[in-house]
Amino acid sequence: MPNSLFEEKLDSGKFILTTEIGPPKGCDITEMIHHIDILRDKVDAINVTDHQSSVLRYPSLGGCLVVKEHGGEPILQMTCRDRNRLALQADLMFACQRGVHNVLTLTGDSIEVGDHKEAKPVFDIDSVQLIKLIRTLESGFDMGGNEITGVPSFCIGSTVHPEADFIEPQLVKFDKKVSAGAQFFQTQGIFDLSKLRMFVQYASQFPVKILAGIIVLSSARMAKYMNANVPGIMVPQNLIDELAAVEKGKGLAKGKEIAARTIKTIEEEKLCHGVHLMAVGNEGIVPEIIEMARSVSVKA
Amino acid sequence: MIVAEPKPLDAIRQMIAPYSKVLIVGCGTCVTVCGAGGEREVSFLHDKLRLAQAKNPDSIHNYFEYTVKRQCDPEFIDLLDAKTEGVDAIISLACGIGVQAIAEHFPDIPVLPGVNTTFNGMASEYGVWDERCATCGDCCLDETGGICPITRCTKGILNGPCAGPKNGKCEVSKDMDCAWMLIYQRLERLGQMDKMRRYYPARNYQAVPRPRRIVVKSNVAAGEENA
Ligand code: SF4
Repeated sequence: MPNSLFEEKLDSGKFILTTEIGPPKGCDITEMIHHIDILRDKVDAINVTDHQSSVLRYPSLGGCLVVKEHGGEPILQMTCRDRNRLALQADLMFACQRGVHNVLTLTGDSIEVGDHKEAKPVFDIDSVQLIKLIRTLESGFDMGGNEITGVPSFCIGSTVHPEADFIEPQLVKFDKKVSAGAQFFQTQGIFDLSKLRMFVQYASQFPVKILAGIIVLSSARMAKYMNANVPGIMVPQNLIDELAAVEKGKGLAKGKEIAARTIKTIEEEKLCHGVHLMAVGNEGIVPEIIEMARSVSVKA
Repeated sequence: MIVAEPKPLDAIRQMIAPYSKVLIVGCGTCVTVCGAGGEREVSFLHDKLRLAQAKNPDSIHNYFEYTVKRQCDPEFIDLLDAKTEGVDAIISLACGIGVQAIAEHFPDIPVLPGVNTTFNGMASEYGVWDERCATCGDCCLDETGGICPITRCTKGILNGPCAGPKNGKCEVSKDMDCAWMLIYQRLERLGQMDKMRRYYPARNYQAVPRPRRIVVKSNVAAGEENA
């Protein structure tokens, strides 16, 4: 029995499409609900980010419950930055009991990149240990070795960085995540398909599903900003040039075109098992990109 | 060694505002080496406080200075007994340990910190100190190529790098090496990649119940040597 609808789809062999929504800063979730409504039938699952870039938001677990209430399939993003092992385990129990069975394990960005720079970084455990922790809960015990009643079950994912400039240590970490029990990976933003090809070739020895992370760029400025400020992101110069070449105000249209083209190539070449679309604050454009990916010609 | 930084002069002046007779006490060990609280810094601070006072005669204090060999040892603090006659407050330029040791010794005199105790580190070049040890109580340096991920990785993670490093630098600063890049390179050089691949379980924070105490009487020479 699959742990979730999403796990069932992952195992079905179809090309998987996931995307993500960032909850609001505050209690008004109207826009988030709107995004869930327009996305839920277009994708196989929706990630809810966990204080992405260490910026305080409505919680990812709360967002996942809203996704469920609105007929979507949520993936709970869970970082190790803000909760110790007790709090993480408690949230996992709550998630499972409320029907949230997909979890994406992350280390979490450093506190210093966010908007609460004076907060205490927790990192009681790391992402590999978090995967182990979830598998331990599934075996009927908590991390302290105590028996639990009502054993949870999860489809566990994590992230990997195929475009890291020093890839070997990232691959070692990837191996550890697989051994710890990760079933699927949503990669960090992919801009250079040759690097994705190399990574996928390496990853093919493991029984895990790889979803290529696609970040929708909205302008050359945004790309440069991300290169300088967002951990783990490296937009290559040729894409920055392509974005810079368009008329003012047409950047996002170009960004959508690049994203659609990349998705299409990945799907046609069967480069990996699916894609994970990140529109960073522009969730509303995701359905359109998916449509475009179905219709564009791969030739750029 | 313990590395500290002087507190800003204004902060020190605010702390001493209610007191008239103030003793500034330096420490002859770590803070002397890192230039934060040795005999020289005691005399600098003394001068700066007098100068500030000359410009602002509203707040008048009498300053005295003295530097002990080590503020973290009771036998050296005993030497202060003769210096504290009528003293209203003591500014300690030692690390937080020295401040507290003096406070314990003089229960009736307020003791004020003149430095911010920052980390345990080493001099990486002239005048530059870098943090190296988090005193976690459970040393794993044999497993990590002699490079401490708990101290030198911003997140203190144990199973390899996060997705953040660029050009070998940490995601929080272009000037700071990513500890896990260093560990990988070092283990590769030592032919110990098995250690890089090994799974490290979650840290045992029971090793650091605060405050900690160690009893090793048999290993410590007693008597004159210490006087
Ligand atoms: S970039 Fe390296 S040093 Fe910085 S938090 Fe990530 S793993 Fe740690």
